[in-house]
This record gives sequence, structure tokens and C-alpha cells, in this order.
Amino acid sequence: MAEVFVSKVAAMKDGDRQIVRAEDGKEIGVFFSGGQYYGYSNYCAHTGGPACEGMMMPKVEEIIDDKKQWNGTSRFTDEMHFVCPWHGWEYNLKTGECVGDKKYKLKKFSVVLRQDDIFVIL
Amino acid sequence: MEMPSSETRKLTFDEFQTDKFLHHAAEQAHARNYKDFLIVDVDSHHYENESYKDVFSYIEDPVIKRAALESVERPGRSTLLNSQVGYQDINGRITRQRLRKIEKTTDAEHRDITMTKRWMNAMGVDYACLFPTPMLFLGLHPQPHVEVALCNAYNRWLCERVLAAEPRLVSMLYIPFNDPEAAYQTVKEFGGKKGVCGFMVTSPRYKPVHDNAYMKTYALLEEMGLPLSFHAAYNWSDQALAMTNRFISVHALGFMWFNMIHMANWVTNGLCERFPKLKVMWIESGLTWAYAMMQRFDHSYMMRTSECPQLKRKPSEYMREMYYATQPMEMPEDKSILEATFKMLNAETQLVWSSDYPHWDFDLPSVIYDLPFLSEQGKRNILGANAAKLFNLDTTKIVKEIPDIHPALKRA
Repeated sequence: MAEVFVSKVAAMKDGDRQIVRAEDGKEIGVFFSGGQYYGYSNYCAHTGGPACEGMMMPKVEEIIDDKKQWNGTSRFTDEMHFVCPWHGWEYNLKTGECVGDKKYKLKKFSVVLRQDDIFVIL
Repeated sequence: MEMPSSETRKLTFDEFQTDKFLHHAAEQAHARNYKDFLIVDVDSHHYENESYKDVFSYIEDPVIKRAALESVERPGRSTLLNSQVGYQDINGRITRQRLRKIEKTTDAEHRDITMTKRWMNAMGVDYACLFPTPMLFLGLHPQPHVEVALCNAYNRWLCERVLAAEPRLVSMLYIPFNDPEAAYQTVKEFGGKKGVCGFMVTSPRYKPVHDNAYMKTYALLEEMGLPLSFHAAYNWSDQALAMTNRFISVHALGFMWFNMIHMANWVTNGLCERFPKLKVMWIESGLTWAYAMMQRFDHSYMMRTSECPQLKRKPSEYMREMYYATQPMEMPEDKSILEATFKMLNAETQLVWSSDYPHWDFDLPSVIYDLPFLSEQGKRNILGANAAKLFNLDTTKIVKEIPDIHPALKRA
């Protein structure tokens, strides 16, 4: 199975990302977040933007009280998203699903460690 | 083991260059052979506020000029120009809005020219019609004489500093519509300038297009053979739109709202009959609004024909002869819905592709090129040929320079 070197383990700190290129020229984004590695196609399901190169933003939630009223407050949750910088399509970091409509998702790639090195499996 | 580290790049936010940011657009341009045909963008933008000091130096009125130049010396809110609440960058998620400030350019040409050509080349665009950004709200300024002064200064600055220097950039110049006489004088003064391919009314304003005071301006435009466009934007303080509490709502509705009002007045007052050769274009409202209005106005017209005595045909027949900039083009999952919209608008001759770049909801040429129901010629018409004819552009040569892409992608 083909694989592509991503980085030395020590070179990626929590919150870092690398963009690597597969043999076919296509790009893959590799995230290191919360002690986990995630690999996704770097082409947004919308118009092909560099989906893995945008902001990391937690999911936003509005607080609705027990009377179904919203008092104007909202908060960030623990669910981390990354956002395509072209138009703002937002993806769940753990699944690669587009949070606006889950039937759109980025192709996922396995990320493995070998000694001090990180590889993405094509 | 040798690692292909040259093919790996660490993602940082401490550098930014437009053509690199858009390298996937260049991949699309190569894959679709955009080098083979002309692409014209009828609606793109620069940030004229980044050049305010220079622009304001063109203001003729010494008192307004003093106030304007003073306003740029102060940090914080503008003291002379009106603005709108509007977090168009989705609270930082659209990163180019912030990062463009650190983009490097040289002194060889105006920074706006360099940055505009970078995205044009990446997308495969030959010519772009350039519009301002904050000035899209200038029609809501409470002082018409300030609108006139800033409009004239901007138009002179744009003609001298940008359009005269770069043949790939054109513009439909801003008309100070709140002062009908000044609007007329603007067309007279700038109508023949290099790169001026028409004139543009910013739609958010409260002057009806059928006011008799505008007739001589429409007649002049018709005589000069220059199109008149209405560029959409929003006014969150509008009495109806003020009820919305999120930008998504004011944007989705507001960018249609004022163009719908102007279209209704334009058609029902028989302006198409009075100025049959005047070409009218509607910008940045997408397409569904026109599709809906055609049906609603035809339906009502058959019952209330006497209320529109100047019309000799149904409203939709006039609307079908106007031009529509495509962005932000609605993309229903069921493409038959979009196909019906294209059919309703006579798309292959009346649609003109627009990017709106660098704004947050820009479109690429692929939104048109990838549509399954268009012929190859239809795609090329919408992406460039229709606009080239409208703007009288040189279509004999392709002038874009699409950036190179990775060799493996070329082989694919």
C-alpha cells in the first residue's frame, strides 16, 4: 500500500497541520489535534477549495432555556471543526463530515506512526 | 530512507499570496482548458479603502477634501463615510480578508492591479470588471453632495491609477444616483475614458429608478451604447430587513431586495419601451429572484394590464432581454431546477459570469463550466463571449497567464 511521509513526530505539535502531496498530485491535509492524527483530502466538497488550510473553529451552540427561549448567548463546544477558507464550508475534525450537510464529506486517509515518522496511507 | 519533504508544507498563517491561496482554482483552469477561450468576470472587487488617502486627494471641494483626508488620519471608525454592520468574513473563517494585508507586492504597478491579476490568472480570467467595496453602501449616505464628491474622486482615481495602467481591467463606473444631475454629468465626463465599459448604480438607496429626473441619463447611456448595471448590497437598517437578527438573513434577502424593487419599477413603468436599446444588467443577486419575479409579474400583469399601459408585452419578455451576473449562483442539488432557471432567463445569451472575488461568497468559472445541461458554446458565452460583446472587448486573443501546477496533475 502506498504511503507518503508527513513529518517527524517531534516536528508536529498539537494543533499543527501539514499538507502533503500524493503520487497523483492530489493534496492531503494531516492534522494533529488532541493527541490524534487525522488525514483528509484537501479539496472541499463545495468548489474544490483547500479545505484543510483554513481556521480550526469549535462548533458553535446557542443556549435555549427550558422555556424554549434564547437569551442571546452562545458558546463554543468541544467538537472541533476546520473551515474551508474559500467559502466557509465547515468540517468535523474527527469524521470529515460537512457539518452543514453530513452527506458531504472529505475523503479520509489513515495516518500511521513508524518510529519517529508520520505517514499517511494512500 | 529519503523522505519527500519537498512535497510537504507546514501550514502557517504568517504569509499569504493570492495566487497560492487559489492554486486549486488554477488546477481547475488547467483541467478544463480555460486557456482555449475567453473568460470575462463582470463583477469583481478591490478594497478602495486601502487607498483612501490617494482617492481622497482627488476630491475637488476643498472642505469635503479636508474632512475626508482628516478622516483617514484617525484610527477607528470613519468620520465621513457611512458603513454597515456586516461580519462578511464569518467571524474570521474567511481568512483572506485578514491575510491580504500581509500579501507582498512590488512598486512596479498599483498594488490593486497586482493582486487582481493574481486571482484572475489563477481562475483563468482574461478581463475583469472592477468595483469598489465599502462604496457599495455610499448610496445610503445622508448627504448627497458627499456621495457626489466621493464618487467623482473615486472615478477619477480609478481611471488614472488603475484602468489607464492595466488593459485587462475595466469598470462600470459608480453613478451618484441620489443627485440625478450629477449622475448625468458623471456619464458625460467619464463615458469615453479608457476602460470604462458602462455605469453602475449601487442598489441600496431610496430613489426610484422611474423618476423623470433620470430619463436624460438613460437616454445618454442608450445613445453612447453603454450598459447600466445595478449592483446589489444590503441595508440592515431598512425597515423590513431590520427585523432580521443574523447576517445570513440580511445577506440572503438584502442582496435581492433592492434589485427586486428597482426591477419592478423599471419594468412596470415601461423603461424598456422608452429605452429599447439601453442594455441593463443586474449584479450580485444570483438568479432565482428574477425567475420568481418573471412568474409573479406575468401573473399579475394579465389581470392588471391597464396599470402598465406602456407595456406591449408581458413583464418576463422584457426581463428576458436584460443581463444577469451569475454570482452568487444558487446550486440546487436537483440540477433540473437550475436548468429551468437558465431556460427562463435565456441563459446562453443573457447570463454573464461573475466571481465577486475576493468577497466571501465568490464563484469560480467552474460553477458554469461544470453544468451538465449547457452546450460547450453556451458555457463559453456565459463565461466570456456575452460580456465581451456587451463591453466591446478585444476577443481576438487570450491574455490570461494561468499559473503552472504540479506535473502529476497535468498528466491526470
